[in-house]
Amino acid sequence: MTTRSVDAPRPAASRPANTPATGASAHLSTRSISALLWVTKLGPFLILLVLVLAMALASPFFLTGRNLQNISLQTASIAILALGQLLVILTRGIDLSVGAVLSLCSVVGAIVFQGPFGNGLWVVVAMVVTGTVIGAINGTVYVKGKIPSPFIVTLAMLSVASGLALFISNGQPKIGMPPVVNWLGSGFIGVVPVAPVVVAVIALAVYVLTRRMTWGRWIYAIGGNPQAAERVGIPVNRVIISVYVFAGLAAAFAAIIVSGRTDSGFPTAGTLAELDSIAAVIIGGAAFAGGRGGVSNALVGALTLGVIRNGLNLLGVDQFLQIVIIGVTIVVAVQLDVIRGRVETRFRTLLTDAVGGHR
Amino acid sequence: MTALETPVLEVRSAVKRFGGVFALNETSLTLGRGEILALLGDNGAGKSTLIKTISGAYRLDGGQILVDGAPTTFKNSSDARALGIETVYQDLALFDNLPATANFYAGREQVAPDQVGRSWGFLRERRMLTETTELLEKLKVRIPSMTLPVGLMSGGQRQAIAVARAVAFATKVVLLDEPTAALGLRESQQVLDLVRSLPEHGISVILISHNLEHVIDVADRAVVLRRGRIVGEEIPTPDSHQQLVSLIVGGADATAAHPDRSLAGSPS
Repeated sequence: MTTRSVDAPRPAASRPANTPATGASAHLSTRSISALLWVTKLGPFLILLVLVLAMALASPFFLTGRNLQNISLQTASIAILALGQLLVILTRGIDLSVGAVLSLCSVVGAIVFQGPFGNGLWVVVAMVVTGTVIGAINGTVYVKGKIPSPFIVTLAMLSVASGLALFISNGQPKIGMPPVVNWLGSGFIGVVPVAPVVVAVIALAVYVLTRRMTWGRWIYAIGGNPQAAERVGIPVNRVIISVYVFAGLAAAFAAIIVSGRTDSGFPTAGTLAELDSIAAVIIGGAAFAGGRGGVSNALVGALTLGVIRNGLNLLGVDQFLQIVIIGVTIVVAVQLDVIRGRVETRFRTLLTDAVGGHR
Repeated sequence: MTALETPVLEVRSAVKRFGGVFALNETSLTLGRGEILALLGDNGAGKSTLIKTISGAYRLDGGQILVDGAPTTFKNSSDARALGIETVYQDLALFDNLPATANFYAGREQVAPDQVGRSWGFLRERRMLTETTELLEKLKVRIPSMTLPVGLMSGGQRQAIAVARAVAFATKVVLLDEPTAALGLRESQQVLDLVRSLPEHGISVILISHNLEHVIDVADRAVVLRRGRIVGEEIPTPDSHQQLVSLIVGGADATAAHPDRSLAGSPS
């Protein structure tokens, strides 16, 4: 039974979805169909595993403790941005401004640090408030302004926030961050870097929100069927605004990590990071069309990006070529998702047959 | 059945205009307790408008809706739901990415602790699962899995889930808009069986359908709408099939049966 269930999706995926069920597949139980579905969901995890193994074989340095620390530090900010982006994408949205918001938060933090309230608490508060407010503006303008797509709103905000970051810093990096920010970005607890611990805490919070709480359930419901969500009385507008607030908040946390690692506020610290965050969510296996995906997808996607970059660096692959390779990875990941969609369509037939057979 | 007691739902002289067009023109209707009432009519006759005013999606421009004899005004569909009136929309309004239980409780999740309010509470998944499973068993609805998203299920299973969801929360009336339109023969029968069993659970039904066989199969009574008016009423049986068709299309029989109403129905 087990061997059959592993074999079954391959012919199914390459055949048109409405092919009648064969004798063999009609015998599949609902349980083994669920198992098959589970296997297809593991695609992104398997890609990451293969990458890690390949890199480990190619470079003896890859799996050393020092390098693993490096990967986790380099991946932390993208992972946090991806967790915020995940919530937005789950509602069929997109936030193109998170990179620019990261830059702005970073510069705001540095300026506050140089001012009269230049202690750790106020720096962190200023960064968090900046991110949250910008997220709230994104969400509110999108929902209340009835603008047709969040793409446009957050594209505008990308411009506004990165312009502001450059303006208030005169386009120059500002050196110096309070100790607590430096600790969060580059500190260690024993051999464990602090930054990935921050990621873990945020990931846990997002996990609880998405899988255990009503608000999170509503995020999925809106991604699945926005009209129906409205009809069953879910406060759709408030939930949508909230995911942009979460994304802005995530950008602020990512800014704390980045600023702490570089001990500076940098007006281009987050340039293009929004694309990394979107790529991470998609590579990790969440659906770009919304409604499907979770914390593990965002984390696996961010880690995949981190492993590719780190591994290619170790192997001495040209920086510019790395960008090309990441582009190819995105296409491969999305292609896997398309194949999975076909497999699911095929399952629908099998499920009907399975239940029909019981009657 | 309906003569002695107060009807569970009554629509009195309902008027609904869209610009200069009367979608409902002094339409009146009663629904008895445990009755299955079919709403018939050609496209544009006002069936969906009538259903939508009863479900709270539209507000009336005139007339009244009474629930258990008490006049009510529905500002939105939440008001109607609060009074025990649930609607199964033609597009089912299911969340294809979520399993059956999450679909059942979407918008009215059970949470703990109770004090924090529903929005930010923790989901009581196990309790919701148990109750969903019990209800599906009670209604004899079979679905392949309680954990797989409903988008992976067949049209009939999804329709059954949508009806069961309405039944779960309806205490009085379930409104069904074309429940069998997208279904095959066997699946239609399963859904009709389900609809037929609803009065046993104390629920009255208003059913829109273009399929007269299905109406004859399940409905106790059929009213026919044309141009926003009720033009006739029949007990649907195989014998009255032809009469119903005439009423729907506005033939000579209908004019003879209801001379006072024929002017509104016939083209001028």
